[in-house]
Amino acid sequence: MYIRVLHQLLDQSAERFPSRPAVEESQGGSISYCDLARLSDRLRDRLCQMEVHPGDRVGLCMRKSADGIASLFGIMKAGAAYVPVDSTAPPSRNAFIFHNCAVKVLIVEARLENGLREQFSQLGYTPQLIVIDGVGGGIPLTQALEQLDAIELAPAAITVIPEPSQLAYILYTSGSTGQPKGVMLSHSNALAFVDWCSDVFQPNEHDRFSSHAPFHFDLSILDIYVSLKHGATLVLVEEQLGKDPARLAPWLAEKKLTIWYSAPSILSLLAQFGKLDRHDYSSLRLVLFAGEVFPIKYFKLLTSLWPHPKYFNLYGPTETNVCTFYEVPAVIPESQAEPLPIGKVCPYCRPLVVDELGNEIARGAEGELCIAGASVLQGYWNLPERTAKAFLPGRETRWYRTGDIVIELPSGDYKFLGRRDRMIKKRGYRIELGEIEAALYRHPAIKEAAVLAFPDDDGVPVKAFTSTRDGSRLSIIELKQFCSENLPLYMVPDFFSSLESLPKTSTDKIDYQKLKSMK
Amino acid sequence: MNEQEIKSALKTYILNEFLPGEDPAALTDATPLMTTGILDSIAVLKVVTFLENEFSITVEPHEAVVDNLNTISDIARLVIAKKT
Repeated sequence: MYIRVLHQLLDQSAERFPSRPAVEESQGGSISYCDLARLSDRLRDRLCQMEVHPGDRVGLCMRKSADGIASLFGIMKAGAAYVPVDSTAPPSRNAFIFHNCAVKVLIVEARLENGLREQFSQLGYTPQLIVIDGVGGGIPLTQALEQLDAIELAPAAITVIPEPSQLAYILYTSGSTGQPKGVMLSHSNALAFVDWCSDVFQPNEHDRFSSHAPFHFDLSILDIYVSLKHGATLVLVEEQLGKDPARLAPWLAEKKLTIWYSAPSILSLLAQFGKLDRHDYSSLRLVLFAGEVFPIKYFKLLTSLWPHPKYFNLYGPTETNVCTFYEVPAVIPESQAEPLPIGKVCPYCRPLVVDELGNEIARGAEGELCIAGASVLQGYWNLPERTAKAFLPGRETRWYRTGDIVIELPSGDYKFLGRRDRMIKKRGYRIELGEIEAALYRHPAIKEAAVLAFPDDDGVPVKAFTSTRDGSRLSIIELKQFCSENLPLYMVPDFFSSLESLPKTSTDKIDYQKLKSMK
Repeated sequence: MNEQEIKSALKTYILNEFLPGEDPAALTDATPLMTTGILDSIAVLKVVTFLENEFSITVEPHEAVVDNLNTISDIARLVIAKKT
């Protein structure tokens, strides 16, 4: 079968390996390739019956599960793009996302239904819902589809094979103006990366892939599609387990994972708190990480505890997926204090390093990395101006501006130096500090707010400086609670500082340089 | 160490480590910590390490959950149960 679109990967593996386990859940559920393909077909039939057409969007608000994987494929088989959200994020944020890209149908866990319905009614928006009673092994999704069939049978539909340039999914990332923005990615965007992974990592049906990242996070693209393409088993790491190194370390050994992929932060925690010397990790052959800088001292600690796997540092924003890679040499010099390079550009991409005016600069000079090629996004959903600004102006080639400042080393590897804007990476999540400020300004007592990050060896602590209308000091506990009701938990500032008023520049703008010195 | 002393040590640690600048009176024995964003997952690991070092106890992975760690009272109860 010539693969043109992502959902063909599942159908191909279901023919080759029907009875092999496709997905295992950390809570115990599992589903075979054959059953996963059938369940996604049933969802396709239902979505077609609900008049989902090629080009539509379908939302997904549930915990990571076999039900969730079947849903992604069912949505794509109906010709639509899936829009996954963080099911633990505030309902207001998720409702904004679904409304923003006008999902026609939303597949949602029952416990999350009411919160979203309330928000939808405020927005005057009424998507159709498929409500499933929990998740696990594909059973709740099957039951929900059976109940709907009992009311009105969904006739068998045909799997849509759209043009590869059609949207496969929209991933929403933090937006500097205070609202998340939708990165539109096509089947061919994802497949360029997936096929490259096949070449470099040589997976086979005996591999057991971790699925640590949530589905709204672009790391999930490698987990899901590379694993299922090769008939391997995708082992889902439930969210709480994925944050807890003391429980995760023995679980990872017991599950005999062969390929691990995550942000560096959980690997740092595993090295520090996982007591890795107590378990057998001989199955693990590849450790891949992406999403942020891996503090070198914890990377060295990890490789001393897990000396045998190959390590790859993968780099790329959601807009390009992975666009550079670095295979870490077997021996890292004791004296190395610099972070690992982000490496060389993947063969489906081309690099260009430019100065502030967008002019190409000499090799080996510092500049902003721009990327063109098969994995580069189509644009931001419904934001034509923002999309135009994302690319270098006045050029025929679509050069996506990553915002990352890099330098090319004599080895040909790129090294990441920092950002040109106010976006940070924390535990693999990208956070626009402006979105946190916008949330703080929604607090009735706050007059001014400025949020800064103070990266150090141990991470990226975020601190919010605030002043109030009446000059009173706000309780930090109350502010943290307020933020947790308005932002995903990973965006809640670690520290708060209450000032009478924020320092200003001569043009009466908030003086971020001054605040930087007030760590 | 009695219950009051344990609570007081916990309160000092949480205020210094995670809520610097907060009015100590705002953090009560019943303030929810994990369900409200005051302690995130990494902060919980730090609290567990603090408990193990400060009170010479071992907290098993399955015990480091919201039922045992959500308030200062909950944490003190866990420490006392471990020490007796």
